[in-house]
Amino acid sequence: MKFGVVRFPGSCDDIDALHAAARVGEAVLLWHADRDLQDVDAVIIPGGFSYGDYLRVGAIARFAPVMEEVAEFARAGGLVLGICNGFQVLCEAGLLPGALLPNTSLRFVFRQIQVEVLDAETPFTCACTPGARLSIPVKHTTGRYHSSKPVRVLLRYAPGENPNGSQDDIAGVCNDAGNVFGLMPHPEHAVDVLTGSIDGLRIFESMRAYVGDRVVV
Amino acid sequence: MRARVLVRPKEGILDPQGQAVERALPALGFTGVSGVRVGRLIELEVEDPEQLPAMCERLLANPLIEDWEIES
Repeated sequence: MKFGVVRFPGSCDDIDALHAAARVGEAVLLWHADRDLQDVDAVIIPGGFSYGDYLRVGAIARFAPVMEEVAEFARAGGLVLGICNGFQVLCEAGLLPGALLPNTSLRFVFRQIQVEVLDAETPFTCACTPGARLSIPVKHTTGRYHSSKPVRVLLRYAPGENPNGSQDDIAGVCNDAGNVFGLMPHPEHAVDVLTGSIDGLRIFESMRAYVGDRVVV
Repeated sequence: MRARVLVRPKEGILDPQGQAVERALPALGFTGVSGVRVGRLIELEVEDPEQLPAMCERLLANPLIEDWEIES
């Protein structure tokens, strides 16, 4: 399986995303100004501060040339994973419902938290058991999820763990088709015992399992 | 033409910045202040002001969470 990780000016978690993806497959970097997705099976929009987060988080990045291709790829059923700033970009691009608002504390939060897997029937969670808890770090200032419409929630902050005031403790949502997933926690920072948890690997393993199955079929 | 676009959090959306400002004012002796909302002001020089609503909907504001208003 081949992952592509997008790098915008201001991305900062692209290297960790490449590293995490490389643990389960091949991983290549996709430049924001390019339109070539290099035949990847899945695209990862990493964390960071794309285009300086000017105007609103994710607002400018959605107009990057690579994002037009990513939108087309998503419409065709390709897997797209947005982490933190990537989640914000996917919401601004309309590929995911809702929006991310400043944390109610107005503070940057950076800590290891527990999230619960609500839906394990998706390409991003199929290697998890429903209800499983994952220990994954969060680090953001704008992570308060809001949607006025019902959404498909894959990950929820465990009781008492909500770090940002997110509606219904939502940590990650997918689109109706189930092929685009965004989350505020950073699974790519939880793939090695050195940093305290390897639970983040479940997300990447799920994607590999899903793509592997599809190839076999 | 010079235009001003005011963007503010939609009604019903929690605005912690507005709340923080509201809490700070009494500390300076300003009483009787409520309903503080913090938004942003965007000033633009535009040739065709009729394009402004589309600019607001597509970039200057996020209509899911923000209201916008054009002053010209």
